[in-house]
Amino acid sequence: MEFLNALVAILNYVVVPATAYGAQLALGALGVTLIYGILRFSNFAHGDTMAFGTGITIIVTWGLQALGIGLGPLPTALLALPFGIAITAALVLATDRVVYSYYRKVKTAPVILTMVSVGVMFVMNGLTRLLIGVDEIQFADGERFVVAARAFKTATGLDEPLSIRTTQVITVVVAGLVVWALFWFLARTRTGKSMRAFSDNEDLALLSGINPNHVVAVTWIIAAALATTAGTLYGLDKSFKAFNYFQLLLPIFAAAIVGGLGNPLGAIAGGFVIAFSEVGVTYAWKKVATYLIPNWEAEGLLQLLSTEYKFAVSFAILIIVLLFKPTGLFKGKSV
Amino acid sequence: MSFLDASDMTGGYGAADILHGCTLKVEKGQIAVIVGPNGAGKSTAMKAVFGMLKLRGGHVMLDGEDITALSPQDRVRKGMGFVPQVNNVFPTMSVEENLEMGAFIRTDNFRPTMEQVYDLFPILRDKRHQNAGELSGGQRQQVAVGRALMTQPKLLMLDEPTAGVSPIVMDELFDRIIEVARTGISILMVEQNARQALEIADQGYVLVQGANKYTDTGAALMADPEVRRTFLGG
Repeated sequence: MEFLNALVAILNYVVVPATAYGAQLALGALGVTLIYGILRFSNFAHGDTMAFGTGITIIVTWGLQALGIGLGPLPTALLALPFGIAITAALVLATDRVVYSYYRKVKTAPVILTMVSVGVMFVMNGLTRLLIGVDEIQFADGERFVVAARAFKTATGLDEPLSIRTTQVITVVVAGLVVWALFWFLARTRTGKSMRAFSDNEDLALLSGINPNHVVAVTWIIAAALATTAGTLYGLDKSFKAFNYFQLLLPIFAAAIVGGLGNPLGAIAGGFVIAFSEVGVTYAWKKVATYLIPNWEAEGLLQLLSTEYKFAVSFAILIIVLLFKPTGLFKGKSV
Repeated sequence: MSFLDASDMTGGYGAADILHGCTLKVEKGQIAVIVGPNGAGKSTAMKAVFGMLKLRGGHVMLDGEDITALSPQDRVRKGMGFVPQVNNVFPTMSVEENLEMGAFIRTDNFRPTMEQVYDLFPILRDKRHQNAGELSGGQRQQVAVGRALMTQPKLLMLDEPTAGVSPIVMDELFDRIIEVARTGISILMVEQNARQALEIADQGYVLVQGANKYTDTGAALMADPEVRRTFLGG
């Protein structure tokens, strides 16, 4: 019984939240890694692209709610998501046309493109705040829980509750579908293959007659879709606040680099590595230890780091990976 | 008129010229080989034919058509195939996907061409689901040549196809190149292994400092005591 209680506590406070968070990071890191693999620079504007896309999705959600259109037990935001993606894709394509295309034409160094993306980040940052403000916004509606804490306790007779929120399940399901669609696209379609070819060997891709403008445009559209989806899922699961999305940039980059920049599979693995480390390190293990080790009362909370320092976890992992395995777990390009 | 006629090519990458009135001609279905000492401009001459280098003088004619002003991509559409010396495959893509990418500009069914490539290089059929980056050097060269053949080129250009492969693999590659030429494809090739290359060459060019030093049939160059002494090591 004690063992089961410990297990449920770990599930409830570590596994479930970290899985949802990991799926969100994985989607974000996929966007970063695609841009890195194909356009060959680290896109610092990705976090704010997520914020912008989520902002648009929220506005459309409000509109749909005002019209009385909903999805029943599911959040209305899922219905608004395609609109968010379309408008975000239009924005990044316009940005590419106005800003990035020039630097590609003069064949600038990747580090300059990265700095350019910092500029784009600030503009998007301001745009998002003008649009939707700086406050925290809750926009999840519909059924709140799939497994409610009290119901779980009565059903199992355990002391520990387990709650799984609808948004957490949606996050994992949607992320799974998106990843499947992306991999199918990259592996099976002509355009997807040409993107991989372009990422592998740009000169040979050009010699083979692959149109670079087409590859670049499709990459941006996919990156916008991934960013908006990741941002919306994160916002549904927690809440929307423009500044938080800017801060998400660190764990997202850490995830992409841990997995190996340019490697989509690595981005997914990296997302979960970062999420589980962050949640695991900042969780107070006292309760679990009390269940597992009889007749022992821990003195502290058995918490390695307080939650305020959660970004230090991604930062530390990032440094360790860059020092000892710069190409990441899945052999990406070295930074 | 020759199938490929690149005459009096003059030009270089920066201000200084590397090619000084270099002329290369290939007849239909024949093999032309460019040999010469290091730094003679062999690869540069090849790149000039393919349009990767701006020419200050001279012209390039393919099948009677002046293509001097065309980009490399447009030359591929006109029937040129180019196999670079290095980085000539997509390493994280399978052999089959490499061939598919070679056929990217084709809108018709390219399966028969792929079958022909597999018949020419049977090992590629066995390894078609393996990533090109995991293959041996010789196999990777076969992928590179196969990829270039997928557009059904009329002129195939090979920049040191046997660089870094064992002598046995080199012989095998040369045999395959002869087979390709027999199907009516003209071949222009830069080679370090001058002796072996001239043996299979219908036409040989010895370049020195960006200009033609000796031009003759492969056999005649092999027989020329002057060429043997200076370039073939006796």
